[in-house]
Amino acid sequence: MYLITHKEVLGPVTKLFVVEAPEIARKAQAGQFIILRVSERGERIPLTIADYDRAAGTITIVVQELGKSTQELGTLETGDALASFTGPLGRPTEVKNYGNVIVVGGGLGIAPIYPICRVLREAGNHVTGIIGARTRDLLFWEDAMRSVTDELIVGTDDGSYGRQGVVTTPLKELLDSGTQYDAVWAIGPAIMMKFCALTTQPYGVRTIVSLNSIMVDGTGMCGACRVVVGGRTRFACVDGPEFDGHEVDWDLLLSRLRIYADLEQVALEAYNSARAAS
Amino acid sequence: MVKKSSLPRHEMPARDPAERRHTFDEVALGYSLEMAVAEASRCLNCKGPSCVAGCPVNVRIPEFIAALAEQDLWGAVEALKDKNSLPAVCGRVCPQETQCEAVCVLARKGEPVAIGRLERFVADWERMQGMRIPEPAAPTGKKVVVIGTGPAGLTAAGDLAKRGHSVTMLEALHTPGGVLMYGIPEFRLPKDIVQAEIDYVRKLGVSIRCDAVVGKLYTLQELLQDYDALFLGTGAGLPMMLNIPGENYNGVYSSNELLTRTNLMKGYLFPEWDTPVKVGERVAVVGAGNVAMDAARCSLRLGAKEVHIVYRRSRDEVPARAEEVHHAAEEGIIFDFLTNPTAILGDEKGWVTGMRYIRMQLGEPDASGRRRPVPIEGSEYEVPMDTVVMALGTQPNPIVFTEADALTRTRWGTVTANEANGRTRMERVWAGGDIVTGAATVISAMGAGRIAAGDIDAYLADPSGPWWVEPAAEA
Ligand SMILES: Cc1cc2nc3c(=O)[nH]c(=O)nc-3n(C[C@H](O)[C@H](O)[C@H](O)COP(=O)(O)OP(=O)(O)OC[C@H]3O[C@@H](n4cnc5c(N)ncnc54)[C@H](O)[C@@H]3O)c2cc1C
Ligand SMILES: Cc1cc2nc3c(=O)[nH]c(=O)nc-3n(C[C@H](O)[C@H](O)[C@H](O)COP(=O)(O)OP(=O)(O)OC[C@H]3O[C@@H](n4cnc5c(N)ncnc54)[C@H](O)[C@@H]3O)c2cc1C
Ligand code: SF4
Ligand code: SF4
Ligand code: FES
Repeated sequence: MYLITHKEVLGPVTKLFVVEAPEIARKAQAGQFIILRVSERGERIPLTIADYDRAAGTITIVVQELGKSTQELGTLETGDALASFTGPLGRPTEVKNYGNVIVVGGGLGIAPIYPICRVLREAGNHVTGIIGARTRDLLFWEDAMRSVTDELIVGTDDGSYGRQGVVTTPLKELLDSGTQYDAVWAIGPAIMMKFCALTTQPYGVRTIVSLNSIMVDGTGMCGACRVVVGGRTRFACVDGPEFDGHEVDWDLLLSRLRIYADLEQVALEAYNSARAAS
Repeated sequence: MVKKSSLPRHEMPARDPAERRHTFDEVALGYSLEMAVAEASRCLNCKGPSCVAGCPVNVRIPEFIAALAEQDLWGAVEALKDKNSLPAVCGRVCPQETQCEAVCVLARKGEPVAIGRLERFVADWERMQGMRIPEPAAPTGKKVVVIGTGPAGLTAAGDLAKRGHSVTMLEALHTPGGVLMYGIPEFRLPKDIVQAEIDYVRKLGVSIRCDAVVGKLYTLQELLQDYDALFLGTGAGLPMMLNIPGENYNGVYSSNELLTRTNLMKGYLFPEWDTPVKVGERVAVVGAGNVAMDAARCSLRLGAKEVHIVYRRSRDEVPARAEEVHHAAEEGIIFDFLTNPTAILGDEKGWVTGMRYIRMQLGEPDASGRRRPVPIEGSEYEVPMDTVVMALGTQPNPIVFTEADALTRTRWGTVTANEANGRTRMERVWAGGDIVTGAATVISAMGAGRIAAGDIDAYLADPSGPWWVEPAAEA
């Protein structure tokens, strides 16, 4: 059992959990993820390591409640325990001094880019951050992001907070500003990463994305997470999750994310009616 | 008196095929005591028993069967478990027809003794009584880490604990058991039987730590700082694909994914269990080993209307256990022999719609002695299909080898080890099971775990002497 030592509500559907996992904390690096199960009958769900504290022996995750598993996770409180918690999985972010970098976090993607900004900054990069969400309620960690970036642009699609518009607008402005940018990270919903990659492509700026394909084991054993990058089939859990966004077959990823859409609905309805009954 | 060799072999009671197509309950129901004793009395108790040599771990077959015939069941348990620590599993899944039973003297004249079924009966009887836990030897103060909780690891861990060593097992998944849990389905190997074996190993004092992916959470080097010896039993868990067009369409599974979702995650109980698994009306399973039979029979139970086994060779080359092929056919699985997929077809939304096949014929024998299948030119055709499962074999998963360059591997990705003692080229690291042989059998993995445990025990008592001796140079 893995103890939740701290819970924070970051928004109506966004929850942060600090989980006791000293061995994972010792090894965790930016860009990696864990897989957890909420209960004995639970699915294995992948979540990015949003932060780690080696001294305290904890891992921080931030989760957005979408379907059954993430909603059930959202009901847990400090002192509750998770059925399983495995990691660190995936390859770490390749950190070096690139020069000027832009790091874009869309919606829940703000959580995974936070540790990446921190390590990129520690490596000497000048880090410009862009964070955005559909609406104000889905934004979080603005202060935390300020502390790990040299500049930060904040916006919402509906204009309820910060600049109005999608994250690709400020991204394009930066690329057009005359400053030379050496690398871009973009993490968020697949569709947002796709458009960030399309935005940077004409400028030839290396763009790293973190692919959130459907996973089961997270160790290369099942192939559920397969994606096509540069024309080759790769397993996102072991070969990624970070890949060159200009090489990703986005339509395939988007299509594969929908495989279980109907059954996810069934699971959610069963969960809600069970919750209503109790 | 009737000659024993002319007595018919006792059939295994099995659930009706029409009923079992819809349930994950065990297919083979097991002998009653009367049937088991009657079958046991068919055994001639040969002086130089050929059956024993046919078993990869040399189970004392005539002795356990004689004890059973005399209804001395604890005697039977003792003789059986002397060589086989997982008899309830092996009795169910060993390919007996190519091992012990193939060389039983009765096989020459008629039907062999049903050794596997008797083994299963004795093991099931023992479990019902409550397994007796042997008193372990006095603690040696030595620490051993066993990586992977499949049959190789479980056997090594159990043997080492009995000899007084402190044993920790590390498992990547959230449940121990390896392929016995995630691969082989409930209807062939009930999971409570596997868990009983794991409980037994725990009761011997072994500590099992799940959710520990070695290579990520720890490297082998790090573990060697904390432990005196390390056994690698991580199996062959990496799926292979055909590399034909269309393999990434929605509805194409590796057998590992389909079976893991179904068995480990209990997808057949969705939505009471959370993990979905999706099969359409028409399913094609490519391959004809045990894995393919399991995938096909799971698909049927998950609601498919029509399930095909697609195999490029002919019926005679099918590698699966005879009983599984027989059960699959009884359940209505369709076998498309001498058929090879050349492409998977899909629609604009990315879902599988069909397969393109080419007909094959058998040509000259290849290196394996089997006649090589060759395509018949111009024989391509297309069939509609909703789900495709690739069951083409597996290789060792390289994740465990992070920063372990001293561990030499073959070009098939398997670890080089001396099969006589389990030693690898990396000092204090032993390996056994599928990680060394590539996908093989439960009993061979178990045997390798046992051999390595014996050598680890000897090494811990006296580590002097060269670590590696070329296997060929030994003779
Ligand atoms: C490497 C990796 C890191 C991730 N990190 C985070 C994270 O830090 N925080 C977080 O909240 N989520 C993260 N995700 C996504 C998260 O795993 C899914 O949201 C979760 O599994 C959904 O489970 P559910 O049962 O609640 O929803 P479901 O009922 O399974 O799905 C509900 C909706 O979510 C979509 N969905 C399902 N699976 C995924 C997926 N893997 N990625 C994106 N959308 C999906 C479905 O299409 C559907 O619309 C990550 C995914 C991966 C692969
Ligand atoms: C579907 C299927 C059906 C089969 N049917 C039969 C049959 O009928 N009869 C028969 O004799 N054989 C059968 N086999 C083969 C048999 O199951 C295997 O040969 C046997 O299980 C191999 O045992 P093992 O201990 O070497 O490895 P496995 O059983 O594969 O166990 C290895 C374990 O190591 C874990 N692991 C892997 N990497 C790591 C890591 N980095 N860190 C920690 N843990 C790790 C895995 O999660 C797994 O639990 C079948 C196999 C499959 C897949
Ligand atoms: S372990 Fe397998 S091969 Fe050996 S006797 Fe038992 S059934 Fe036969
Ligand atoms: S060879 Fe057959 S008859 Fe002889 S001892 Fe073995 S099982 Fe019995
Ligand atoms: S999640 Fe199973 S291989 Fe990547």
